[in-house]
Amino acid sequence: MLYRENGQFKTTYRQDQQMLPILQDRIFMALLLLFVFGAGPFIFSDYLFLSILIPFLILALAAIGLNLLVGYCGQISLGHGAFMSVGAYAAYNLALRMPQLNFLVVLILAGLIAALVGLLFGIPSLRIRGLYLAVATLAAQFFMDWTFARVKWFTNYAPSGSVSTATIDIFGWTVDTPVRKYLFLLAVVTVFALVAKNLVRGHMGRAWMAMRDMDVAAEVIGIRPVYAKLTAFGVSSFYVGVAGALWGFVYLGSWEPLAFDINLSLNLLFMIIIGGMGSILGSFFGAFFIVALPILLNQAPEWLGIHMSTAMVSNLEAMIFGSLIIFFLIVEPQGLARLWAIGKEKLRLWPFPH
Amino acid sequence: MGAGANGGKSIGGVVLGLEGISLAFGGVRALQNVSFDVREHEIRAIIGPNGAGKSSMLNVINGVYHPQEGTVTFNGVKRRDVNTHEAAAQGIARTFQNIALFKGMSVLDNIMTGRNLRMKSGLLAQAIRIGPAEREELQHREAVEQIIDFLEIQAYRRTPVGRLPYGLQKRVDLARALAMEPKLLLLDEPMAGMNVEEKQDMCRFILDVNDQFGTTIVLIEHDMGVVMDISDRVIVLDYGKKIGDGTPDEVRGNQAVIDAYLGVSH
Repeated sequence: MLYRENGQFKTTYRQDQQMLPILQDRIFMALLLLFVFGAGPFIFSDYLFLSILIPFLILALAAIGLNLLVGYCGQISLGHGAFMSVGAYAAYNLALRMPQLNFLVVLILAGLIAALVGLLFGIPSLRIRGLYLAVATLAAQFFMDWTFARVKWFTNYAPSGSVSTATIDIFGWTVDTPVRKYLFLLAVVTVFALVAKNLVRGHMGRAWMAMRDMDVAAEVIGIRPVYAKLTAFGVSSFYVGVAGALWGFVYLGSWEPLAFDINLSLNLLFMIIIGGMGSILGSFFGAFFIVALPILLNQAPEWLGIHMSTAMVSNLEAMIFGSLIIFFLIVEPQGLARLWAIGKEKLRLWPFPH
Repeated sequence: MGAGANGGKSIGGVVLGLEGISLAFGGVRALQNVSFDVREHEIRAIIGPNGAGKSSMLNVINGVYHPQEGTVTFNGVKRRDVNTHEAAAQGIARTFQNIALFKGMSVLDNIMTGRNLRMKSGLLAQAIRIGPAEREELQHREAVEQIIDFLEIQAYRRTPVGRLPYGLQKRVDLARALAMEPKLLLLDEPMAGMNVEEKQDMCRFILDVNDQFGTTIVLIEHDMGVVMDISDRVIVLDYGKKIGDGTPDEVRGNQAVIDAYLGVSH
């Protein structure tokens, strides 16, 4: 009953084109932001911050990045874990070699470096598509894994190959406690999500989607495939690079080259498949699903009073997790975001069926 | 409305000239030494049996295919090879035989995509959106709304195109091409698979576009009634060769055309 758009007349195209055209959606979004920024820091526990919210926020950012490329532009990539590592190592080296730089500048520069690398590995997309492109981007993954393990300069000649970062300091505000990390990430992710939403609503986003849906028609309209595909690779890698830098600096603190292996790439892909291809909101859903579900599955037997060995629990976790992914692919290939949209649609018409 | 006697419209000089176009795919000679011209404001039909090279002809005009021989002159610019982007920038738009809409997007977004070539705001401006990018977006939205009004698809703005019935999808395809404000519009079987009513609607839209916007139109169509009714001049292809060219009446009387296409009585 509350979710109605009756009486909300739009008299200008500006009103019609706003991000959340329905008043109730705007109120909901405002309350949500108020809650996560205002109330969240006081009521969430440190455990919640460290094991769920912080990884969730960073992975949501990476998932948005991947979604821009795969979900919006239709170019599949298995190399996004590698672009995250590029961002992380770029940030590490920038912070190490130019300590006077503000962390925000480091973050942006790390994103730009990742974008350059992403552009480079995006070039094959101009000739090949689909599975073949996936294999080509897989090369990025192995190449980067190798580079950061073997080229010692990147890890500052650390004998073990692992690097550790200093505490982040932004204009005298140190990001050290879980609450501060959470607030910092929340701010970054909010801005980046807004920017992504703006991009996909603009003509660039439409060019990406046109390439995804029907590339010949897109070309005939005058969209240059080179431009559309490479901007998608660039922007996507930028996002993922920033996420990588945050993953290293805020979440891990110190890491080895294996922290950004193929599993991470696959996990990112799962996030957008489960969350919803071509949906910014879906990236959040997917990231939350992937971060929170293993923890939930891990804890569930204990809550239910069932005693199992740890090995059993972790095997079960993998099995249930895998089946859920298959289940989603079959039942709702468009992901959780689609379920959300259907739910909203039903709510608008409720109590009538249509 | 008779052949070549479209109301008060004045047919101007030649805007598109094709000379000696030959196109082959390996051993298949899709087009052999085809020449014809299209004058400003006219509706020019290309007809011919299946596999005659009609769609290939359109693909040559807007740069999807590159002919091995011959030249295309558009708006006084002579060229052999053109890429699709240049052709679009010069003002050539087209619709597709098998609807080639962007399935994942709404009707509005599909048509807005037709304005892409005209939208200039950069990456950063779009990222911020407030300001120049939004102004540009609104300005183009208005242009798109006029086309939506013109084609009477107001009710479907927010509908994903995949959910529309076939006839409406064809209309959205036309809307997207019109959004480019083309000088030359190529229509590849705009009425294929439609029922009589939908065909009438589409005919009316094509004539209105030609009349109101002064757009030059080249169309491929199989429905002889439609072709003879709405086109000013007709060119007939068979096995990649031109076998007839002229007003509908001339073509109708041409023996080679009758043999090849309209049927020979045995």
